[in-house]
Amino acid sequence: MRLACLALLLSVAASLALAFELEESRSYPGTGPGHLRILSTADVDVFEPIIHAFQARHAVSITYDVASSAQVMIALYDEGAEYDLAISSAMDLQTKLANDGLAQTYSSDATALLPPWAKWRDQIFAFTQEPAVLVLNAAAFEALAVPTNREGLIALLRDHPEAFDGRIGTYDVRVSGAGYLFATQDSRNTESFWRMTEVMGRLNTQLFCCSSDMIDAVASGRLLLAYNVLGSYARARLADTPGVLVVEMDDFVSVMLRTALIPQTAKAPEAAGLMIDFLANMRLRPELVAQTGLPPVVSASGEDKGVIRPIRLGPGLLVFLDRMRRDTFLRSWVSSIKQD
Amino acid sequence: MSRAGPPVSIRRRLVVQLALVAALLSVAFFFSLRVVAEGATEATQDNILAASATSIADAVYTDAGVVRVEIPYSALSMLGTVSEDRVFYRVIVNGETLTGYDDLPVPEGRRSRNQPLFATYGYRDDTFRAVVVSRALSVANQPRRVQVVVAQTRLGLAAISSRITTTATAIGVAFFLTATALSTLAAQNALSPLSRLAEAVARRGPKDLRPVTAETPTELAPLVGGLNGFIARLSAALTRSEDLIVEAAHRVRTPLATVRTQAEVMHLQMEKPHNRQALRQMIRAVDESSRSAGQLLDHAMVTLRSDQLETEEIDPGDLLRDAISRLSPTADLKDIAITLDLPQEALRVQGDPILLQNAVRNILDNAIKYSPADTEITVRLVPGPPCRLQVCDQGRGFAAEDIARLPDRFSRGTNVDDVIGSGLGLTIVRDVAQAHGGALEIGANPEGGGACVSLVLPSY
Repeated sequence: MRLACLALLLSVAASLALAFELEESRSYPGTGPGHLRILSTADVDVFEPIIHAFQARHAVSITYDVASSAQVMIALYDEGAEYDLAISSAMDLQTKLANDGLAQTYSSDATALLPPWAKWRDQIFAFTQEPAVLVLNAAAFEALAVPTNREGLIALLRDHPEAFDGRIGTYDVRVSGAGYLFATQDSRNTESFWRMTEVMGRLNTQLFCCSSDMIDAVASGRLLLAYNVLGSYARARLADTPGVLVVEMDDFVSVMLRTALIPQTAKAPEAAGLMIDFLANMRLRPELVAQTGLPPVVSASGEDKGVIRPIRLGPGLLVFLDRMRRDTFLRSWVSSIKQD
Repeated sequence: MSRAGPPVSIRRRLVVQLALVAALLSVAFFFSLRVVAEGATEATQDNILAASATSIADAVYTDAGVVRVEIPYSALSMLGTVSEDRVFYRVIVNGETLTGYDDLPVPEGRRSRNQPLFATYGYRDDTFRAVVVSRALSVANQPRRVQVVVAQTRLGLAAISSRITTTATAIGVAFFLTATALSTLAAQNALSPLSRLAEAVARRGPKDLRPVTAETPTELAPLVGGLNGFIARLSAALTRSEDLIVEAAHRVRTPLATVRTQAEVMHLQMEKPHNRQALRQMIRAVDESSRSAGQLLDHAMVTLRSDQLETEEIDPGDLLRDAISRLSPTADLKDIAITLDLPQEALRVQGDPILLQNAVRNILDNAIKYSPADTEITVRLVPGPPCRLQVCDQGRGFAAEDIARLPDRFSRGTNVDDVIGSGLGLTIVRDVAQAHGGALEIGANPEGGGACVSLVLPSY
């Protein structure tokens, strides 16, 4: 099993060494005893207000390590790295950790209040719900009709190949966990996904690792359009980034849940539980929501209602992690998106 | 009966036995519901597992001579719809793991060809229900055997099982309580003719010798028949006793009266003083015998009639008047004046006229007997309720120490040796009073020497 998973992850980033790689690591010494080590995919800037607010209530020291979702998986699944809390936007990988028995069960009053779709097995707890959106360069779209669904987007790209050639961005699903999750859900939800990928591939679509890079590129005008960008990041940037439009499609919107789990290797599961409670109650702290730009889990909004399609936690997410399925998917995707 | 131990309640026995049956049925119901429901639940999980494995097996294909599988999203998501169970899968082609978890055990055992095979086993610190589905595949004309294993933990099953247990327990307990309540009612209902019968028999009191006519269930008909036969025999025996007493009284009194009359006639004809003396003694002895016989018979009569009191509405004033008129000749002999003092309004008592007359006559007779000549007896009716039929004389009265024991049979006062008496008079009065729910009161006459005896009767 180890080997299989390793093979899977090596195919994601063949150049990676066995040891997992951190993008950033920051320490927040606390006034009291205890030490909470968090491994997260969320940027330090995004998460820092939460850490400060948490430390204002609980005096533990916190180490906050940032890694890509694939690295989080390597750290926890293959190397058994000792962390007390794993926060990731890759719901599928979190599900696999819990399914394969690498997460601890935790329950409290706060988690009991979470809606049923926002937790799985009392091991994975969602604390944000983040839609995938289309980000447009406002100036470029003064003359163009803003697409409201994927068919419209395909038509727009076909009608204006000269305008969009080389100026479309999307996730490189080979490196981005969130990008892979959004792409696989798209492939499940619409027949036009592969057609759209083909069209985007013919227009020399640029591939990105992260939402923030795509938003920068759209804001600067290098891109006219970025597809499947994390809505929370885009909205957070709207205020200080002029010239950007955020569009939620009206055929369907995939909603990703950012989740936290306590790994089996945790040394301070109690402190991790306190952090999960804190995150689960984020909706009660609007100022923190505003600071981080992370939309909290709200009971009513997670239900399937028409266009909003929250990605469901559960064994279904394991399907696209199957090494053969992933292999097939990536090959199809690469052959569609890279046509040169 | 005492050999049979403590008394047994039929109703309790019925209720306990019915409750035991209900408890047995409840337990049987509980277990059968659990077995059936859990069997159904397990079968449902098995079916979903088999559907999942089959849909994976169907998604195995060959691509340029290479066996590949594209696991359908629904194959695993369907397992997550009802529970949050962990799911593992493995696709094997000719013994080589194609994809999935390499270490997932394959269920083994006998089965018919191409049928899903199920097993329950431990894996990764958990209990799993697993299925293996096989399929043949031809790759470049080489037959390949594809096996798909899908395993799921039994968390959802355990949750459903616990719900079933809760429901089955609730239904079982409810069934038991309802059945017990209903059986209590049923027992009550079934035994109500018995209760009614028992109540009818108990209510009639010890003196009612009419046959039992209350509605009788068939099962009790022999008992009631026997009881009625017994009552009839008892009634007949009592009637015979009464007849015997009346007959005896008649037979004893009549000859005695004849003897007395003859003796008196002879007394008048005798001239020699010692002969007259002898005859007087004879008359006195006859009187004594007559009186004793009469009182014995009266007493027996009172005892008998008290057992079967036949009451009717009587004016107590009539009783007194009647007694005075019967006894005034005797009183006249001693120059005793009898005054009757009746209230204005008419009173009514419920009683046996023969017994009450007897009692009143005994009281008045006593008063006359113990009153010196030329005195006065006051007969008074004091309206109640309870009313008092009071006779006060100016005789020697009662010695205080006698009052308590005088009404006893054959008990006489310590100061009456010179007067003929049987010691039964007050006993008769007391028995009559008690038979009518009243009492005998004995006391001193407040208006000068002498005694007052009252028959106290409930009146209205």
